[in-house]
This record gives sequence, C-alpha cells and structure tokens, in this order.
Amino acid sequence: MQLPVYLDYSATTPVDPRVAEKMCACLTAEGNFGNPASRSHLFGWKAEEAVELARRQVADLLNADPREIVWTSGATESDNLAIKGAAHFYQKKGKHIITSRIEHKAVLDCCRQLEREGFEITYLDPDSNGLTTPEMVAAAIREDTILVSIMHANNEIGVINDIAAIAEITRDKKIVFHVDAAQSAGKITIDMAAMKVDLLSLSAHKMYGPKGMGALYVRRKPRVRLEAQMHGGGHERGMRSGTLATHQIVGMGEAAQICKEQMASDNTHALALRDRFLNGVSDMEEVHVNGDLKQRLPGNLNISFAYVEGESLIMSLKDLAISSGSACTSASLEPSYVLRALGLNDEMAHSSLRFSFGRFSTAEEVDYAVEQVHHAVDKLRELSPLWDMYQEGIDLDSIEWAAH
Amino acid sequence: MAYSDKVLDHYDNPRNVGKLDADDSSVGTGMVGAPACGDVMRLQIKVGEDGIIEDAKFKTYGCGAAIASSSLLTEWVKGKSIDDAELIKNTAIAEELALPPVKIHCSVLAEDAIKAAVRDYREKSSSQA
Repeated sequence: MQLPVYLDYSATTPVDPRVAEKMCACLTAEGNFGNPASRSHLFGWKAEEAVELARRQVADLLNADPREIVWTSGATESDNLAIKGAAHFYQKKGKHIITSRIEHKAVLDCCRQLEREGFEITYLDPDSNGLTTPEMVAAAIREDTILVSIMHANNEIGVINDIAAIAEITRDKKIVFHVDAAQSAGKITIDMAAMKVDLLSLSAHKMYGPKGMGALYVRRKPRVRLEAQMHGGGHERGMRSGTLATHQIVGMGEAAQICKEQMASDNTHALALRDRFLNGVSDMEEVHVNGDLKQRLPGNLNISFAYVEGESLIMSLKDLAISSGSACTSASLEPSYVLRALGLNDEMAHSSLRFSFGRFSTAEEVDYAVEQVHHAVDKLRELSPLWDMYQEGIDLDSIEWAAH
Repeated sequence: MAYSDKVLDHYDNPRNVGKLDADDSSVGTGMVGAPACGDVMRLQIKVGEDGIIEDAKFKTYGCGAAIASSSLLTEWVKGKSIDDAELIKNTAIAEELALPPVKIHCSVLAEDAIKAAVRDYREKSSSQA
C-alpha cells in the first residue's frame, strides 16, 4: 500500500492506463497527431476519424446522438456555454433563471454574471438531505423563466437529484433545462433518450479520463440553441471554436466507453468500500453522514465528526488524501456553503470531511483510513473543550459565544 | 497550508493539555472564540499566593495554528506573574510560531484567552477579599 492513500475521487480520478495508452498514440510524429479540421490530407482524415469515434463513445454513454456532443475544455466551460449561451440566446423570451444554492461554483458564478447583465436568478434551497425536488422547481417557475440549471449529483455530498422528473416539468413549460453531470456521468446511468434534459455538462477527469477535457450535450430534438462563448474557426458547428485536442478527446471517448462497460462492477466496488468505511467508523460517538445516504453516488461519503475542527483533522490525517467540507484554510473561514444550505450549524459544517472511493481504491486502504480516522478523532476530541462540554451534558447552543 | 516546524511540533505534541478545577479560587479560566468561527480556546491558570502562575492547562477546538498558539502560551505563562502574563502580545506568539498571515487571528485568540483567564482569577480573588 502506498502512502498517502488517495480517497478523493470526487476531486479527480487518475487516468485509466487503457485511456493513457490511447492518448499517447495521438501525439508524436509516428502517431495520430494531425489536425482533425485538415480536410486536404490523410493526417487530418485520420484525426477526424478518431475524434468522431470518441464522439460516438461519449454519446453511447448517454444514449444520445453523436451530433449532440460538443467538445469543451471541461465541465466549467460546458456550464458556461450552456448557461450563458442559452440565456443570451433566449433573453428576448424572458430573463428569469432557476438554479439551486448548492450548485458547483461554475454554475453559480455564471448566474452571478448574468445577474450583473440584468437577468433575475432564483436560488432554490435544497431540503435537509441536500435534494432539490421537482416540486421546488415547479413552484419557482414564472412566465418569464427561460432556463433551469440543476446538478445531477452534488460534488460535496454526492446526493442525486431526480432530473428526469424535473425535465418533465421544464419541457412541459418549454423552458430549457441544463444539468451539470460532472460528478454523475460514468458512475450512474444517464439516458438522454428517455429524459427530457436539454443540456448536460460532462467532465473527462472525473471518469478516469484526462483533465482539461469535457463535453456539452446539446439536444437536437427539440433543438436547443446557444450563443457561442468562444469565437473563431467555427468548429463544433459554431458552438465552440478552437482546434480539437485529438489526444484529449480520444482519452475522454475511451474513458466513457470503459465506464459504460464496467459501470456495474465499478459501482459494486465503490459501494462495498464506502460501506466498509462507514461500518468502520460507526462505533464512534457523534459521527453524522451529511446528505441522503440512499439517493447518493456509490463512492461518496461526507461525514461530520462533531466537536473536532476539519482543518486540524486533515492535518492529523496527513497520510490520507481527503478533502475538508469546510474551506477554512482560506482567509474567509467560511464553512462549506453546501453544508450550510442543508441547515447544518457552523460547528458541524466545520467538522466535516469528504471521503470518495473509486476504481483503484482497495479494502486495505479503507481499513487503514478507518484506523487513522479513529486515532485522529480520539486525539482531537481529547484536546477539544467542546467535547468536554458535550460529555458533561452542556448544551453548546445555550452558551453565549463571543464571535470573532 | 504550510506550517512551520514549531507549529507542527506543538500540534503533534501539545503541551499542558487538560483541565483545572474551575471552582477552585486559585484557578482562573478564560474561554474565548466560538464554535461557529471554528476556534474555541479554554485556558486555565493556577495562581500561587505570590501572584505567580504555578500551572497552566488548555484545551482547544480549532485549526493547527490555534492548537499550537494555545500550547505555546501555556509554556510561556508558567512561572510568570499574572501581571507579566497579561502583557504577552499576540505578535510575539505569531512570530515565535511563524504563523502565516491568514492564521494571525489564532494568536489574537491566545492573547484574549490569557487576558480572560487573569481577569477571571482577579474577579474571584477580589470577591473573596
């Protein structure tokens, strides 16, 4: 077992060796290095063929038409193109957009930008399990609503929204529906033929493909229109100009195909490790899982260890690569906006960690992580005045703290 | 977060962790910070009749810098008079631990904690007299 143990698959995944091999074949003079847009020679034709094969592989993962896949540099760019592109195209119809408070920053910051441009945004509060329901969306729709953007699975807590049901509502009202599926694609089934989702953002590096690569699904029937955000040579049917990165695209295609083929075994594996971890820490007092445990990605756990602070916990767990739900390593000292939106109080949000398991995680690594977590939490609780007070039965909310 | 070796040392081997009897008239307790802000320090001092701090204990909920700041503080105040202990400045703690700028507030909290502990001790002894 190599240290530190990598348990941060929600942040990024290593490239699958089968993917890396395909990518390497598209770089050097001996390989498939041509510009896919070169129409006048074999190098271009071969590169174009590889790009179109990858497009089919990604489309197959979504049960979509390859012509509905637009290559981008990642899910952030896909979100930008979808949200700003649709808002700008349809602004004559209205200027109201609906999203949720716990979207990824790529979605929230696009919405903030549109607010500055005069659009009006409704930010839905999720329920205490982190879910944004079709009823919440329906209740927020107005005459001038042109776009709804709701994530499929949340990046911090892994909970999965019922996007198929939300899509029924938006289609009925002829509102464009965008879904950020960066966390869910390749992990759970996404069937674009069955769902009435119009735009869907994908990222390659969350599914064992390369960083710097993503795609946006853009529905053809009924056709969804976008205003391009990147202008240039008119690539990708004018929606996203820029020379196609053959090796990156080939990597994403291969990654998508592998995810589709082994989705069942990948999920069984991740779920087994997640449950093994959860069982391992369940004998500790005051350990709380954040977000719905059933409607959730198989490899994600977000846990609050009450009365210990997240950053010091991460310091104690230096042999585990995990992420803190609280962003208090920054100057802001703000705990996670996602956990706050779930209604967690500040100290619980400050005490949370995200563990995410994936294709290359092992039972040995999980057992090691459990042992380390026990050790660190015991040590920090021994140091914690709040733990003392809890043991003495003092209600922390009854104390008047001097906020600083 | 790049912490100095001194912070890491205090974090790995915190000094004087524990609790003194808060009801003892020779003990002063200072609890500062708030769970919502991610830092709570409890510093306790046991003061001799000559006004010298005989013992100090702490418990801290917070980041590595907060734990190190309070651990260091307990080392510094032991053997000092309460008047001298009150004069300890956060800048001295921050300098000794080479705290990064975003963690300066941890040293401020430590300074507040010793001031609060001395104040508590003084209030107790004046109400007795």
